[in-house]
Amino acid sequence: MLDLQGYGPSILEGAVLTLRAALAGLLLSILFGLLGALAKLSSSVPLRVLAGAYTTLIRGVPDLVLMLLVFFGGQMLVNDLTARMGWEHVDVGPFAAGVLTLGFIYGAYMAETFRGAILAVPAGQLEAARAFGMGPFLVLRRILLPQMLRHALPGVGNNWLVLLKATALLSVIGLDDMVRKAALAAGATRQPFTFYFAVALVFLALTTVSTLLLAAAERWARRGEARPA
Amino acid sequence: MIDLEIVVANLPLYVRGTWTTLWLTFASLALGLVVAVPLGLARTSRNPLINYPVWLYTYFFRGTPLLVQLFMIYYGAGQFAFVRESSLWPLFSQAWFCALLAFTLNTAAYTAEIVRGAILATPVGEIEAARALGMSRRLVLRRIVLPSAFRRALPAYGNEMIFMLHGSAVASTVTIVDLTAAARIVNSRYYSPYEAFLTAALFYMALTFAIVGLVKLLERRWHAHLRPLAP
Repeated sequence: MLDLQGYGPSILEGAVLTLRAALAGLLLSILFGLLGALAKLSSSVPLRVLAGAYTTLIRGVPDLVLMLLVFFGGQMLVNDLTARMGWEHVDVGPFAAGVLTLGFIYGAYMAETFRGAILAVPAGQLEAARAFGMGPFLVLRRILLPQMLRHALPGVGNNWLVLLKATALLSVIGLDDMVRKAALAAGATRQPFTFYFAVALVFLALTTVSTLLLAAAERWARRGEARPA
Repeated sequence: MIDLEIVVANLPLYVRGTWTTLWLTFASLALGLVVAVPLGLARTSRNPLINYPVWLYTYFFRGTPLLVQLFMIYYGAGQFAFVRESSLWPLFSQAWFCALLAFTLNTAAYTAEIVRGAILATPVGEIEAARALGMSRRLVLRRIVLPSAFRRALPAYGNEMIFMLHGSAVASTVTIVDLTAAARIVNSRYYSPYEAFLTAALFYMALTFAIVGLVKLLERRWHAHLRPLAP
């Protein structure tokens, strides 16, 4: 149906890189999101202000602009640092800059998701756990995280789908991902539609599989809930 | 650390970029909305011949990146002889038209699903009551279903507007000098990423907050009956 003229393996290679960048970005965004949510709910005013600024400012700017800022600005920052410390030159590279930006941007969205999920866990349970003598980390691990997962999953799933599609932008800062591979193949064969359509189909497959897995995960997370008879 | 002179010297470039970003965003939002309402209605149809093709369309455009959609149209259209030989070719060979088309198709897909959700959320009793009063299907749609669906869709549509504003930044990859492209030009001219991109970020943020404010204003008007009474 689609004649890729021998460029199929190259596109597939790019797809693997796209998926790797997206997964790494997801992990980082969950980390940033948890920190952001805990800071937003903390009793310390400076932490709350900082987290509020983070989530508001990041969500007001397009991801492409932030990516360009981190890619070019981050390299400059690293250059300054290595020059000052007398270290060797370090190349940030599009993968590191891209993953960092994806994590940072979607961390802001995750923070909002997690904040809501944390608030959905009854405060009495946390108090009860504390009263049993559990430390803050044990409460987090045993009571808060397992229960907020259920409320957070739909939001995390949506953020993941947006993040996955945003990885296409990494080709703009020079990552050798699927979109760039398609551009190379398109230039060589003069059949741009064929290759960009193939890339679109791979993205469609990835989003479809994600949606199915997320639905299964949500069912699993809700297994303890009472179902209407 | 930040050299304000670069920003001030290039302010006209940023303002022109902002103008391009704004008209691209709002033109595609307006066109997309016009397309999306009938599509959203079609998605509520029980006839699979009407529902299924529209489902496929929204599935494709919501499941793939806007950047790839733009490339498919901008770079891809010329692959087909029938496009090159058609009278529309002068349009397809221009970046602004391809961007407008890609953005419109993209936002129409998202908006159609928003409209569908809002229509399906109409209380059945309202429709039954209107039918019992003798209104025809068209009249029920025009007087009962659509007005309340638009009202319900407003918060989600506000998000879609912001999504489109931010999404329009990919226009800078196909030679359009929008706000992002203005920043990229400044960056490459002075090699000053902070000044270049932070300025663009500030402009985008101002536009985002303007849209948020606009939607709030509309909500105050359209959702007035839902507001708690003043004490």
